[in-house]
Amino acid sequence: MSEPEIFATIRSDLANNDVVLYMKGTAVFPQCGFSAAVVQVLNSLDVTFKSVNVLDDEEIRQGIKQFANWPTIPQLYIKGEFIGGCDIIREMYTSGELQQIMADKGVKAA
Amino acid sequence: MSEIFSKIESILQTRFHPTRLLIRDDSAKHEGHAGHDARGESHFYLEIVSDSFKGKSRVECHRMIYEALDELLRTRIHALSFKALAADSPKN
Repeated sequence: MSEPEIFATIRSDLANNDVVLYMKGTAVFPQCGFSAAVVQVLNSLDVTFKSVNVLDDEEIRQGIKQFANWPTIPQLYIKGEFIGGCDIIREMYTSGELQQIMADKGVKAA
Repeated sequence: MSEIFSKIESILQTRFHPTRLLIRDDSAKHEGHAGHDARGESHFYLEIVSDSFKGKSRVECHRMIYEALDELLRTRIHALSFKALAADSPKN
């Protein structure tokens, strides 16, 4: 079975950026409370990340859900690996696991 | 008024036999915001504890719940926030 063409774009974004957040709105102007919460976590960790606004591109919006087998936005990826959505990121941040993953994967602060 | 609430409850009870299940309808908090449905019951918060989640990662637990509620998520639920735990989860 051939995969959707948009997967190539997603893979290239993930390969070229240590931390990628698929979100609604932009990092400066999130348009959804769940996306805003993840941006806030990343900012508080001083992590450089690429944000992709799925509201700008319907193909990405649907494609990323298939790519991760995850039906909701936001989605956070670190070094190409899908880490979770808003609830998971908040839990992992509170428990310190997110900071540990960043450190283990060698993601540097901004 | 609580049709979706009851559906969520019955699906989760049948699928996961939870030892604890909390469902909260947060829709009223989102009135006027994108995704709010005039019919109500668009935003939910869940806490579920079940042996089905034993040994599973967070991502796996969440996928199981998304899969169980797939149809409702596509048709009625705009936002679902949740905590899924196994009974003996160390991070409880």
